[in-house]
This record gives sequence, C-alpha cells and structure tokens, in this order.
Amino acid sequence: MIEAILFTLGLGGVCGVALSVASKVFYVYEDPRIAKVEGLLAGANCGGCGYAGCSSAAVAVVNGDAPPNVCILVGPENVSAIAAIMGSEAGTAEPLKSYNNCQGGHRATDRFVYQGLNQCSAVSALYGGKRDCQIGCLGFGDCVNACKFDALRIGPNGYPIVDKNKCVGCGACERVCPKSIIEVRTMSQRLLHLNTEDDALAPCQQTCPAEIDIPRYVTHIREGEYDSAVDTIRERNPLLLACGRVCPHPCEEFCRRSIEDEEAVSINQLKRFAADMEMNTGKRLPISKAPDTGKQVAVVGGGPAGLSCAYFLRRVGHNVTIFEAMPKLGGMLRYGIPEYRLPKAVLDWEIEGILNLGIDHHTNVKMGLDFDLGSLVGGGFDAIFMGVGAWKDYKLKIPGENLTGCFTGINFLSAIGNQEKVDIGKRAAVIGGGNTAIDCVRTLIRMGVEKVYLVYRRTRKEMPANDVEIVAAEHEGVEFVFLAAPNKVIEDENNSVAGLEYLQMELGEPDASGRRRPVPVEGSETVLDVDTIITAIGQSPDTAFRTPGTRMEELNLTRWDTIDVNPDTCQSNVPYIFAAGDGATGPALVVDAIGGGRRAARGIDLFLKGKPVTAQNRALLSQRHIPESIFTSVPGVGKTKRKPMPELPVQERIHSFIEADLVLAEPDALEEAGRCLNCCRLCYNPDNPRNAA
Amino acid sequence: MGDYTVLIISSILINNIVLAQYLGICPFIGTSKKMETATGMAGAVVFVMTLAAIITWTIDTYFLKTLDIEFLRTIAFILVIASLVQFVEMFLKKSIPALYAGLGIFLPLITTNCAVMGVCLINIKEEYNFLQALTSSISYAIGFGLALVLFAGVRERVILGRVPRPLQDTSIGLVTAGMLALAFIGFRGLV
Repeated sequence: MIEAILFTLGLGGVCGVALSVASKVFYVYEDPRIAKVEGLLAGANCGGCGYAGCSSAAVAVVNGDAPPNVCILVGPENVSAIAAIMGSEAGTAEPLKSYNNCQGGHRATDRFVYQGLNQCSAVSALYGGKRDCQIGCLGFGDCVNACKFDALRIGPNGYPIVDKNKCVGCGACERVCPKSIIEVRTMSQRLLHLNTEDDALAPCQQTCPAEIDIPRYVTHIREGEYDSAVDTIRERNPLLLACGRVCPHPCEEFCRRSIEDEEAVSINQLKRFAADMEMNTGKRLPISKAPDTGKQVAVVGGGPAGLSCAYFLRRVGHNVTIFEAMPKLGGMLRYGIPEYRLPKAVLDWEIEGILNLGIDHHTNVKMGLDFDLGSLVGGGFDAIFMGVGAWKDYKLKIPGENLTGCFTGINFLSAIGNQEKVDIGKRAAVIGGGNTAIDCVRTLIRMGVEKVYLVYRRTRKEMPANDVEIVAAEHEGVEFVFLAAPNKVIEDENNSVAGLEYLQMELGEPDASGRRRPVPVEGSETVLDVDTIITAIGQSPDTAFRTPGTRMEELNLTRWDTIDVNPDTCQSNVPYIFAAGDGATGPALVVDAIGGGRRAARGIDLFLKGKPVTAQNRALLSQRHIPESIFTSVPGVGKTKRKPMPELPVQERIHSFIEADLVLAEPDALEEAGRCLNCCRLCYNPDNPRNAA
Repeated sequence: MGDYTVLIISSILINNIVLAQYLGICPFIGTSKKMETATGMAGAVVFVMTLAAIITWTIDTYFLKTLDIEFLRTIAFILVIASLVQFVEMFLKKSIPALYAGLGIFLPLITTNCAVMGVCLINIKEEYNFLQALTSSISYAIGFGLALVLFAGVRERVILGRVPRPLQDTSIGLVTAGMLALAFIGFRGLV
C-alpha cells in the first residue's frame, strides 16, 4: 500500500515538475487573447468548426481568420464575450460572404441534351455540362442544397441568388460547386482580386484597365438599382465621377454590340449617370471597410493612382496618409484637366468621399524637399506608395523656346487649375497632338484668345488625343496645322515671342510604332503669326524625390525616368516601395492609374501581411483577352441608336469654363442600359425585356 | 520475423483500432471533414502512440510489475500520457516550429484519446516484449491513419451527393463509417 501511495505521489511529482520546468524553458510568446478566447470556447476539441481543436480555433479567431461565432457549441453569451475580447482591437474577422459570378446570359451554344440528371456534380462529371461555356453556371442548385442557412435560391434566370443577410460564409456552397460560380470571399479578397483567365468576364470588363464589372453595373442601372450600380463601380474605381467624365472608355472598343450594331453601348455615360445620381441626391452611399489592421502606409502623391491606392488600402483596413506636393489633392485630375471637362466642385466632392473613409492627408509637402524616405520610415510607415505622376514637360529643343510668351503644357494647365493669373497674348499656337495639347487649345479658346492654332507634325489620323475631344476642339474654332514641325521661335525686341517658324512635313515610311514617320520638306519654312506658344509634346516624372545619400538612390528608374516596378505587383526593387500611375508607366489614362493603384494596393496588402508579393496566377492585367470570348458575329442583335451625349451649344460653352458635356437623362440612361447584351464569356442575351433590338 | 509480419498486418487491417475495436471515434469523426486535416491528424497519432507506448511499457514493466501495484495502471497511464503530450507540444513549439506547424496543433486533441490509451493497454494485456509493443503501436497508429484518410476521402465525396436533410453531415458520416467497418471485416480471413 505504501508503495502505491509513494509511486502515485512520485509520478505526479515528476510529471508536475517536468511540465512546469518545460513551460519555463520552452516558453514562446503568444498573444494573451488566444488564451482568453480559448477559455470561452467549448473545450470539446470536436473539430466541428473546421479547425483542429479549440486552440487552433482560438488562434484563428485572434488572427482574424475566423469569426467570433466559430464554435458551434457555445451559446450567444460566449460569442459576445469573444467578440468583446476582439472588439475594438485589430483582427476581428471580416465576414465571409457568398458571391455569384455568373450573370446567366444563357446564350452559350448548347452541346448536349441530358436526360434525368438533376445535380450539378453529376452533370459536371458527364462531359461538363450541356453548354459550350467552360465556366458557366449549370443551374441545378447543388449550392442551394448545400446551404444550411437558406441563403441561396435559384433565381428566375436560372442561376443562384445570394441573400447577403442570411449568408454566414460557411463555404458549403463553394465546396459543392463543380465550377467556380459561387465564391465565398471577404470583401477585402474581392476588392483586391485581379481579373484572371478563369473568371466569368465580358469582353468590356477584360479591357477596362480598372477591371470594373461593367455588365453587373449596367444591369443594376437597367433595374433602377442606382445605389447598387455605384457600389459595383466602387469595388474597382473610387473616382467614378471623374472617370465618367474624362475616360476615353477603351472598354467600348470591345463591346459585343458594336460587332453587329453601329455603336457600342455608351458604357462610360452610364457610369457617369449612376455617379451623378449619387452626387445629385447629396447623400453619400456608405462604403464598407474591413476592421483596422494597425499597419501604416504612406501614399506619396494625391493623384488618381495615389487616391485609388489609398482608397483600396483603407477599405481593406490599413491606415493611410497621403502626402501631396500641390495645394490640393487630385493630381492631374485637378491640375491637368480643365474645369470645362471636370468641374473642380465635382472633383472636390469625390475626393472628400474618399477621405471620409478615414484617410489622413498633408498638402503642400514635396518629397525630397519637405520630407524624405528617412522621415517616412522613421515615422512608422510600413510601406510606401509612390504615385508621383509625370509632371515634367519635354522640351522641344529648338531655339527661342525660353522666351517670354512660351509655356509648357502641364505648367500652363496647372497654373490655370490653381487659379493663378497667366499672362497670355491674343494669338496662340499649341504644339502637340495629345490630350494635353487639346486641353490647352480648348482652355485658350475659353480664355478669350482670338486665334488658336494646334501644330502637329503628323496628320489628324495619327493624333493620340481622343476623337471626341478633337471634334469638340474643331467645333470650338481651333485651327489645326498638320504636318508641321516647329523649327524656331521668332523673337521681338522685348525678348518676347513674335512668331513660330515651322517646316512642312510629308509622311514617309512607317516607324516602329506603325505610324508613318513624318519627313521634312526642304525649304518649306513658314511662319505662324502668334505671340503665345505652349509646348505639349509629352511628359516624364520629376525625379526630385531621389534625395542623394538615401535609399531612394537605389530605386531603379527606367530610361524614361519612370520608377521601375513589377507590373503585376507594382513593387520596386526596394521591397517596401511600390509605385503605379504615370510615375511608373509614363503618361497614360486616368483609368490606367486607378487600375495601377489597385494593383499596388494588392501588392502592399500582401507585403504588410508578410505573404510573398507575387503576381496573381493567370492574371489578365488588361493586356490581353481571353481568346474564346472575342466573337466575330453576334446572332440575333438588331440595330439600335445609341443615345447621344448632351452637350452645351458651342456659342455658350466657348465663353466660359462651365462643364461642356452633360449627363444622360434618366429615361435615356435606362434605354441605353437596355442595349447591353449582358455578356459573359460565351453567352449574351439579346432577348432582354428592355432591349430595343 | 514472421510473427512481426502477422502482428503488423493484424494491427493495421484486421484489428483496426477504429473500425474493428471502435476506439478513437471522436477524432475520427471530428477531423475527417478535410483530407488535409486528416493527414495531419494521422501523422500526429503515429507520433503520440509510439511515444506513449514506449513510456507506458517501460513504466509498467519496471515500476508497476516490480512493485506489484498493477491496479494503478490506468491512472498512471492517463497521467503519463497527458503529461508527455503536453511536454512534447511545448518542446516542438519552441524547438522545431516547422514540425509543430505540421502536426503540433493536433497534439492537444489526442492528449487523453481512448485510442492511445487503448493501444497501451493492449500492449500490456497481450504481454508483448518491448519490440513487439513498439511494432504493434506503430501499426495500430498507421491503421488509425489509414482509416481516417480513407474516411476523409469518402466524406469529401459524400458532400457532393444528395443526402436527405435529417441524415446530413455527422449522421451520414456515421453511416459511412459503419460501411467502412463492414468492409474491413473482409480482412478477417487474412491471417
């Protein structure tokens, strides 16, 4: 008996001592909340939550991977206690929500007729479904059966509809779907997802540099759900008012309607319509954002790329501070695009909405002058986004271009945008054929200049500016001088401009860009009688931010002075510096900068979470299209007229900076939305009830 | 050598710890929803069963039997196994984080698992020597892993099927487990 007692005591003692020594020796720091949360879980280690026991579930809750109600056994009191522990602190799980990708156009060609099958999984196993479409919804509702919360039903169009209020994000539907129609994702995952080859993408959405889900928002407009349309656009583009006005809409080039019909759906006008609808009500729609992560990101440059990056980073929960060199945010949107195209009041309203998410900003501070990399890193920023833009005008390199009366495009436009007084003459010539040049001539007209020339060394056909803009400038009385290469600026006695001498050109052989190279004609010197000359022949980034003696000097630049980044992740050779927009790509569209800002936000998010910053698998990056989605004919589509964009009459608009292009009226917008074929990858639906075909 | 082959085959297939002896059902049901979890759990079970068998056999032979206090066997084993697993968990967490990430998270799940306890007691009851005890516990653990992985594979498929609502999830899991057990009866004539 004595032995038994001694043995038991001994064994207990040995075990106790061994464990207490071990807990000292093998101590690893752990978030104290893990222990607290674990104490509130059932402790049954049943695995019903999908994690390996209660401790792993507690770790998942604290890391923000699982919601406070992860345990299926504990009651609401413990759930709220867990939520209180996680409460205002970082890492509360963002709710997972189910999301249907297939729009259900139902016009992909049928391949087989099945009989007697009634499950997606079975149909999928038998040659993958009756339609040609590799990715489309099979419509038997395996997901509906898998859902234990009645959050799914098959809608009238034969594809699943998610009830967001009932969905708990358990993922059962995603697991049973044999295609990738139903996806259970957090908002952050959706916001930072890039278009891939496997997605259900209409051609317009593949083309849009910002990757906006165009068919979805057009459908919302058609149904009169303007708020949902705005939300859908905001998942990809925070600057919808600005883009709705200035975007040259590359998406419309690939609109399937334009294959059979004369004109594409007026996608951008519809975007503007939805955006203006929100602004005109004066009430901002709420923008949801993920819980704070506690990470700090500095965004250098408050232009479209910087605003877009800041917006997406803020929405996924990081803290963002914008540093802007100019007096106000907006970058080229404010200082490069004139008032008549994008009114400052509209831009202010839009930027205010973005800042309202909780984004700090400092203006009138320039990198390299007022602050530098060291102060940002020392200031506790975990990553830096460079959206510095391209603000340095190229020089013509001709004699006399520094005389009084000579300006450069961006300098001129930003001075006007900044409401500075610019001393211009009565007759002006603008050199260049891009959008900046057009903005300059149209601004000059509005400033009351008597005669405005646009001097371009090729022909109208080669002009890189948007066609609508060129036409508008023609209407407003600008005189185009094509095939003219400036030779020198003629000087008067006051060191001012007295004229512009140019050489006539003729088109020769095509060059590398495929455009015919202009060649000068001997002895064709002509003088234009002007007293103001604006050069707008392109820009490059101002690299003053590269303070000597700092790591910024290690930052690789390309030979065009743009920041050399990986185009997929926007990461530079310094791992915590990311860049996008004109400063990384050279002058490009606003919508390119917005898309770049979002790609950079994805890269930064990966970087901040300690994950490898790699490209998304099979991403399209709006550089290429999914071949099977590009059609040559679209049967069943009749001809309809596009709703014309309303404009101010020429006489009214050339004397003021009032916005020249107007928004579509509601009935017109509804009719225009009805022209959308509701395309997906292979299907489209010309039988739409509102379709005018 | 032949004895050991028979021992291995009978422990893995014929006397399978889950499907023939019905021990360790709770982790069998709990961690078999995903193949990934199931393989992790299988690894952890092999690890713990082997360690537990070594230490309990030693304690039984050198302490309980010599002191003639075999009636304390159950309580001593529980204490030893639980402390051992806790100790190993702490050790792995600090020293081999990679291994801990792979199977450490499953360790607390099997601290006082009946399959582990059962195997240790079987080793004593059958009066195995040390090498036999080691072989049998590794084999039983492999048998547990095999059953778990097979079951997880089946369950991943079953979720695709059209299961009547009252039978969904764990209920159909138990039915499936029953059928697997029936299938394992087929190994009875093997040795």
